Amino acid sequence: MSDATEDIPEVDYVEGSGIPIRGNDIDTDQIIPARFMKVVTFDGLGEFAFFDLRFDDEDNEKDHPFNEEQFQDSNVMVVNNNFGCGSSREHAPQALMRWGIDAIIGEGFAEIFAGNCLALGIPTVTADHETINALQQWVDDNPDGEIEVDVRAETVTYGDNEINVSVDCAQREALVEGNWDTTALMKANKNAIEETASQLPYLDQTRSDIEADD
Amino acid sequence: MSKGTLYDKVWDQHKVTTLPNGQDQLFVGLHLIHEVTSPQAFGMLKERGLEVARPDLTHATVDHIVPTANQDRPYSDDAAETMMAELEENVRDAGIQFSDPTTGDQGIVHVIGPEQGITQPGKTIVCGDSHTSTHGAFGALAFGIGTSQIRDVLATQTIAMEKQKVRKIEVTGELDEGVEAKDIILEIIRRLGTEGGVGYVYEYAGETIENLDMEGRMSICNMSIEGGARAGYVNPDETTYEWLEQTDYFQENPEKFEELKPYWESIRSDEDAEYDDVVEIDASELDPVVTWGTTPGQGIGIDDPIPEPEDLADDKVDTARRAQKHMRVEPGDTMEGYDIDVAFLGSCTNARLPDLRRAARIVKGRQVDDDVRAFVVPGSQRVQRAAEEEGLKDIFEEAGFEWRNAGCSMCLGMNEDQLEGDEACASSSNRNFVGRQGSKDGRTVLMNPRMVAAAAITGEVSDVRDLKEVTLA
Ligand code: SF4
Repeated sequence: MSDATEDIPEVDYVEGSGIPIRGNDIDTDQIIPARFMKVVTFDGLGEFAFFDLRFDDEDNEKDHPFNEEQFQDSNVMVVNNNFGCGSSREHAPQALMRWGIDAIIGEGFAEIFAGNCLALGIPTVTADHETINALQQWVDDNPDGEIEVDVRAETVTYGDNEINVSVDCAQREALVEGNWDTTALMKANKNAIEETASQLPYLDQTRSDIEADD
Repeated sequence: MSKGTLYDKVWDQHKVTTLPNGQDQLFVGLHLIHEVTSPQAFGMLKERGLEVARPDLTHATVDHIVPTANQDRPYSDDAAETMMAELEENVRDAGIQFSDPTTGDQGIVHVIGPEQGITQPGKTIVCGDSHTSTHGAFGALAFGIGTSQIRDVLATQTIAMEKQKVRKIEVTGELDEGVEAKDIILEIIRRLGTEGGVGYVYEYAGETIENLDMEGRMSICNMSIEGGARAGYVNPDETTYEWLEQTDYFQENPEKFEELKPYWESIRSDEDAEYDDVVEIDASELDPVVTWGTTPGQGIGIDDPIPEPEDLADDKVDTARRAQKHMRVEPGDTMEGYDIDVAFLGSCTNARLPDLRRAARIVKGRQVDDDVRAFVVPGSQRVQRAAEEEGLKDIFEEAGFEWRNAGCSMCLGMNEDQLEGDEACASSSNRNFVGRQGSKDGRTVLMNPRMVAAAAITGEVSDVRDLKEVTLA
């Protein structure tokens, strides 16, 4: 059995150029419409990120940062509030990651979305409305400008600016220590898991339920 | 920090340890899986040479892609067939119980768990679906997870999570005729915002909640996630126990019922429990709620004017403007009279037997408007059978509704049931996001099931209280 923690990189730092995605409450149906989820792997989802916002019925390109030439190599997305609300589909951060996004800076994120990002090693860091607006504006003016997201120090640097951002404690810890992939970490606690299970009053019953049906 | 709440107690009971990153590792009492979010997780498991740790605590169904008209195999949609075949193989290899359509127990994952009695108070329940919060209606701690977390649960039967705050939402007052659980939760989301629950678990309490049947409580807990809360729950009580006693599990194991009852009683929030926040809602003031926009928080009473975006909080202005443009509504108007092309009675929010019964009372003896295509998609095969036996199917069909097989259907438009072009839909589901029902120009108006029935009959958003109910024989 391979030890999954071995190949998990630490993500304490992401750098690259930005791409602004404006608007509050951008939900997962907009990030990846459900019809593209009829797949059994996440491969190839990148091209469908924001699909309905990027293409009209005849598949002609619409105005959207993901279509714009100057953002094609961008990897740091700058968003507004409640980004990623809606469904639990990991297809959403998977699509963004496969398009090329490595980090997201925003006013706020829906919880399941942020958790899904963490499971992929994508930091979701937050700052207030004015700070985000200013950064989005700067990205528009400097599409090739370098943004540095320092997860450990909780700062974002761009141009001559350094701003403080917040990173959820557990997320920060997991990313900088490289233990954001929890499977092996948790599996190692086998005895404690069994101990907890043995204290649960309802557990036997579920087992006998299954056995009764066999 | 909260103290003495159901959330605290169930959390502590299931906590394995604290992980180095500060998250707690929790044991999972029931893992529900379905065809859309599980195949990748099984794939990741195989890649690592891991096996399913507790197939006995895992239960599968098929709901998101399953066709609701013709269910003959292979499904006419190749992609759907592939996903179904993949799930069949995965559950067979791992020895996981599967409520597939041939069992007569298939249905939307959040409908079948409670039906079969595997959803129980004081369990931790997870599923790769955000509406897993539904199971909180039974006093379970239930939340949606992503695919990487599904992998974790398959491999270890545990999950890494941070403990959250608890907000008690105390609902009092008698509901007006025509107003139901769906309207309460739409009002809660309107008031607290779609992101208001981020970082919180919602405890729904108060006499109005206590007076609801289990189905009503499920409708409320179901939409916790629409308010940003990952989980919502109601403390278990006699209503909960009456439901449980009727389920397969406790019918087959009656001794377990008495055995577990003390545990269920013990996890109820203490009288003097401490909450991080308390919100009070007077439900007696409510009219049936409908949405005017493209987030579930954009709701209003049926007689209320659609708000001016500028009158809303700063961070809501832009979203409201975009929503009004998409929906083609004007501030100052009410939603009453808004033209409807499709009526969808279904989803894990509102496709249980009492939902269909209430809607049937409105529909009986009336005809669906000529310009409306209307359909009923029961939440499970059991709901479907029960409804057929008591004649609800006939009532709907005589009125011009299509009667379908169980599944998610037009709630998310992953099968053939989709809006076309810019059709407007009166929907009993939970999300009115742009594109949610299968067409990016489609327009969704969320409402309670009786309101959907009324809209189907009149062809426009209507106040169900204006249509006299017909009593079913
Ligand atoms: S009915 Fe809708 S909300 Fe419920 S599980 Fe299915 S797709 Fe999700």
